[in-house]
Amino acid sequence: MSDTSINMQAGSDPVEAGFGDYFALLKPRVMSLVVFTAFVGLLVAPVSVHPMVGFASILFIAIGGGASGALNMWWDADIDRVMKRTQSRPIPSGKVTEGDAFAIGITLSAMSVVMLALASNIVAGALLAFTIFFYVVIYTMWLKRWTPQNIVIGGAAGAFPPMIGWAVATGGVSIESVLMFAITFMWTPPHFWALALFMKGDYSKAGVPMLTVTHGRKVTRTHILVYTLLLAPVALGAGFTSIGGPIYMATAIVLNLLFIKGAYGIWRRDETAAEADQYRVEKAFFKLSLLYLFLHFGALLVEGALKPFGLGGW
Amino acid sequence: MAIGREHELHKRRMGRNMGVGLALAGFVAIVFGLTVVKVKVIDVPSAYEQNTGLGAATSGASE
Repeated sequence: MSDTSINMQAGSDPVEAGFGDYFALLKPRVMSLVVFTAFVGLLVAPVSVHPMVGFASILFIAIGGGASGALNMWWDADIDRVMKRTQSRPIPSGKVTEGDAFAIGITLSAMSVVMLALASNIVAGALLAFTIFFYVVIYTMWLKRWTPQNIVIGGAAGAFPPMIGWAVATGGVSIESVLMFAITFMWTPPHFWALALFMKGDYSKAGVPMLTVTHGRKVTRTHILVYTLLLAPVALGAGFTSIGGPIYMATAIVLNLLFIKGAYGIWRRDETAAEADQYRVEKAFFKLSLLYLFLHFGALLVEGALKPFGLGGW
Repeated sequence: MAIGREHELHKRRMGRNMGVGLALAGFVAIVFGLTVVKVKVIDVPSAYEQNTGLGAATSGASE
């Protein structure tokens, strides 16, 4: 028997990580959302970029997003160990050390920002740097454990990718990219609060001041409705800009009506009813929220893709 | 005998090394591709003239 196996049996050494464990540090599921929204931002922009530049830019945006995910896991390792939803992440499961996660996160952050600035332009690089800073420092280190509005302000970090994609093509910021940012920004609170309603034990156990814990579930239900109502004009407003069109408008009207109906359904019922059917309405709303964002950006993508053929847009 | 035997640990290490190797190779390929595109797409002589002001000087001299 080798020394290594003795150590492993004694439990003094962490299980040696494979490449997949390091990749998991980058939060691949979040990264896929980043790639998709950044790609839409890039494609709907009025300026075309060389496919190689576009591909490399999206890749570096994805790596930057993943790097911030690794830094988030490094900082939040203590609460990830407590929450059921996050216990299988690479650090809590003992596959990757906190130091390794930090090293990977900081290296990939710097690399992705520099490479994006070189591949596209300084504005896109600066926006990516700000996104990483916002997610890691403002959200993870500061707001997440301090205020129940953590999700609201922290949502900005996830909303930046389409804006960065737009900046890759145009080299700047405009009303269209701000509205794409605003859709994701306003969508994040109802999406996460719906999750918090049916994952109720996790956040309070970890001491994260989610709205459900600090202000109660009735207030959270009201907040979901209010943010959903505020989201609708933002989503519809994007349809009146140069990136909108009839396909986007029709999609936005249907989805926002469904979303408001779902939020109203959450608002009008109480905990007893929710527990009785195991949060059926809240879970359905959460699933709808995923579809909501995907289809909004999907519709923008269709409008943008049709433009070269003289279709799409107003 | 134990040294020669393939352990699950070796497979993990092999996978990790392959992953890092492929990631680095991919990075090199992307940087190379970007360089080729930048050199081809950007009109180097006119960009040089613009940055150095040589173009303006030349046209001014000819007037």
